[in-house]
Amino acid sequence: MFDLDNTRQIFGETLAEYGVKNKKIVVLAADVSSSVMTTFFAKKNPERFFNVGIAEAGMIDTAVGFALGGFIPFTNTFAALFLRATEQIRTCVAYANTNVKIVGSFAGLSDAKDGATHHSIMDIAIMRAMPNMTVIVPSDSIEVKKMIPLIAEHEGPVYIRISRAEMPIIFDENHKMEIGKGVVMRDGNDVTIIANGHLLSRSLEAADQLNSRGIKARVVNLHTVKPVDKPLLMKCARETGAVVTAEEHSIIGGLGSAVAETLVGEIPVPIKMVGVADTFTESAKDLDPLLDKYGMSVEDIVRAAQQAMKQK
Amino acid sequence: MVIKTKYPPELIKKLEDMARQLRIDVVEMTHCRGQGHPGGSLSPAEIMSVLFFHHLRLDPKKPQWENRDRFILSKGHACAILYAALARIGFMPFEDLKTWGCIGSYLQGHPDRRKTPGVEMTTGCLGHGINIGAGLCLSAQLKGLDYRTYVLLGDGELQTGILWEGAMLTAKYKLSRLIAIVDCNGVQLDGTTEEIMSLEPLKSKWESFGWAVLDINGHSVPELLEALDKARASSGKPTVIIAHTVKGKGVSFMEGKAAWHGRAINDEEYQQAMEELKENV
Repeated sequence: MFDLDNTRQIFGETLAEYGVKNKKIVVLAADVSSSVMTTFFAKKNPERFFNVGIAEAGMIDTAVGFALGGFIPFTNTFAALFLRATEQIRTCVAYANTNVKIVGSFAGLSDAKDGATHHSIMDIAIMRAMPNMTVIVPSDSIEVKKMIPLIAEHEGPVYIRISRAEMPIIFDENHKMEIGKGVVMRDGNDVTIIANGHLLSRSLEAADQLNSRGIKARVVNLHTVKPVDKPLLMKCARETGAVVTAEEHSIIGGLGSAVAETLVGEIPVPIKMVGVADTFTESAKDLDPLLDKYGMSVEDIVRAAQQAMKQK
Repeated sequence: MVIKTKYPPELIKKLEDMARQLRIDVVEMTHCRGQGHPGGSLSPAEIMSVLFFHHLRLDPKKPQWENRDRFILSKGHACAILYAALARIGFMPFEDLKTWGCIGSYLQGHPDRRKTPGVEMTTGCLGHGINIGAGLCLSAQLKGLDYRTYVLLGDGELQTGILWEGAMLTAKYKLSRLIAIVDCNGVQLDGTTEEIMSLEPLKSKWESFGWAVLDINGHSVPELLEALDKARASSGKPTVIIAHTVKGKGVSFMEGKAAWHGRAINDEEYQQAMEELKENV
């Protein structure tokens, strides 16, 4: 279906190269730099790489100091571990509106083997609830590559997810990205499937299956969960009358919630949410069977689309 | 008791008078607002006087001067005395202090860097100051600037785990331009630090984390002047000044009492407090 590539390595290489050009970039690591691959940055820009040890909260506050000192700090650890620094992120990054970039690696269920302690299914909900925070979930490695300079040059706090798993290659180098702008991937007027991250490639597969059953599904890549692309969501709701959201996250508080909050007071069409039900996950050898088991299979998306259409 | 000191008596007198003036400001502001944290705002009066009226390299006319010293009030609940000091050195009009905590005021219940001129960092939740200060010191190094970063901590605040993350980081990077001052008044919201969560042996704790430690009387202007000069000259490691103080210092019925951590001052208490403080000016 899609070729795969190593997203976290592409992230590491991109940040390293960008850091050579933009001397304002500093990178902070909390011991796991070889896992999240900020080691590439450390090699190319050793004077601007700081390993603070296993101290996620301290890492955020130190980054805040760098931002106050005129730098653009990228903090990086496992997405699940940033929850330790939630108060620091709320007070010193979001409320104080400091120019700190938070890179949640091993995001979603992508660190499949390590189990529920290492799966992040509520990071988007928490980050999204913070005023001033921009929240990004790239849908493939090209998007990761294109997003690094965009978020660096965006003034203000940003949270971005990076997958540990290899990701299907969806886009090519000509892909145009803008923070806050969704991308219509496929046209159709029967139902809109809104997805990001690993669920975008699955949603495109689901649209193929729906097509073979005579249903024309529109597919939207919503890589920016916040600020949400309200005009695009309204247009899709108006034109297709039914919406499915698909994300590698709890159905509480993530992409689905962002879409529902946007539409409910404006164009209240039926919405079905595909994601992790309100439950903790478990270990698996690979990401794909885990996504299937926890309600994020291609069939789950197809079924959700059919149900949403029935409720029109 | 006469303390031998190299500092001129006029300077000491000026800073002692300013400390008393800042205490009066704190009591006025807390009474006017009907809320606040008088105990922990009165204890660092000499520290704030020496920093803002002598030691810090600041220019209120150039609040964004890149090479200014940075001051972070990590114990953000003591903002009354920070606002008073900032107003008295010219960062804002003195009469604005009475708007503190009112809707629409740029003086929030805890410091907000985006609203208040001279406030370097938003604080109020405890434990953040050392790591933020470390980030500022590392920034200065990368930019080739020589400003210092001063962090005023409460002693109760030393119970937070993150503070010690920062203490390790600061020592690792040998950030001698970070100067922490502990307003060590021995009392926190629920009681004495000794009964809530003992910090002792505090001096050796900091030393074992790789810091130079100066242990002084935090109400003595000459001792503060000397300690800050020593800290400024330090190389190779960060310095912490453990400044022993009395919570509520200067107002007899507040001194050493946890009840005055965060409490309004009624009219009668206000009269008494002002009489006591003005007697000494």
